[in-house]
Amino acid sequence: MLLSLLTIAIIGFLLLRLLIVELQIFGYINNVFPKCAQLRTMIVAGSGGHTTEILRLVNSLSQYYSPRLYVIASSDAMSPEKIKISELNSNDFSIYSIPRSREVLQSYLTSVLTTVRSAAYCFPLVAWQKPDLVLCNGPGTCIPVCFAAFLYRLLLLKDCRIVFVESICRVNSLSLSGRILYYLADHVIVQWPELLDQFPRARYLGRIV
Amino acid sequence: MPNVFATVGTTSFDALIRRLDSPELHKILCDQLGYHGLVMQIGRGDYEPVAHTARDYPLEGRFSVSYYRFKPSLAADIAAAGLVISHAGAGSVLESLNAGKRLLVVVNDDLMHNHQTELAHRVARDGHLDTTVCVDLEDALKRLTPVSQLKPFPRGEPEKFAKFLDSVMGFGDGD
Repeated sequence: MLLSLLTIAIIGFLLLRLLIVELQIFGYINNVFPKCAQLRTMIVAGSGGHTTEILRLVNSLSQYYSPRLYVIASSDAMSPEKIKISELNSNDFSIYSIPRSREVLQSYLTSVLTTVRSAAYCFPLVAWQKPDLVLCNGPGTCIPVCFAAFLYRLLLLKDCRIVFVESICRVNSLSLSGRILYYLADHVIVQWPELLDQFPRARYLGRIV
Repeated sequence: MPNVFATVGTTSFDALIRRLDSPELHKILCDQLGYHGLVMQIGRGDYEPVAHTARDYPLEGRFSVSYYRFKPSLAADIAAAGLVISHAGAGSVLESLNAGKRLLVVVNDDLMHNHQTELAHRVARDGHLDTTVCVDLEDALKRLTPVSQLKPFPRGEPEKFAKFLDSVMGFGDGD
């Protein structure tokens, strides 16, 4: 009896938190992050063109976004070099690698399994680094990181905002990451106005990369 | 005259490198378009260019060919090129356009979820570059849009993103 009451209370709490966070995300409740001096900013460098795009955005950020915690897929040999070049005059950053959640051409079914494996690395990483902001632009590598950040926010363990920037490649449709994060990220930025018809919650800020 | 730089990005695009590894194609680049060399970034591809090493290579001394797999930054090779032949990846496409280069994008038909073509075709529609597929590469080179008719690609403005982020993260004046 006590146990089932407890279960109901926990489920009720989670549903209430989910409702509140979703209302924040969809803009029905104020969602501006509480002001603080510095933001621990976790940046998921998705490999290839994704890394190039996100670094261009990171380079333009003001001095508040510090330290910068880069997350890369362990099979990605190029991104650490690109990040080091981009952070050349800074020692205010670190790089963490996690197993890739989805390789190009991998099927959706096995992607679920590899995403679970990847999540096993992300949950402790996010709990340890406690980012205030997760910045990502796909592909799949960012999903488990965002899941972890979202869950900790739900559980009131760490308040965090997720910002997803859809790749400039996406002209007519959102990526799989974009379609998932449409419901988890606080802000979804698209780079072609054509997408706003299908995804009205997204924002178009002009060409940003 | 400058070089032609071909890039396949972080993955592989053997079909393109095979097409580029042809003395006939080098002749088009050299004699018709006036470039004096070809540098190829071949990524993880299995195929390595050999045509230029043949003893009877017809452009010996007139057209230099070289290749490599990866470099941390392609900026120098892009800067040195008069024409970039690129896969449709956003990084390479944008880097070349932002460097103000004449660009031919070769779309890889073999990729299953080929959303990459969206960007190249969208930007081509605005007149900033040419696109083709592997089998049509030679024809596409022969009818490249003249540099004078390509529209310059406007610069992206990441500072707009920075301003937006400041406003939602509690730093902005919210305007």
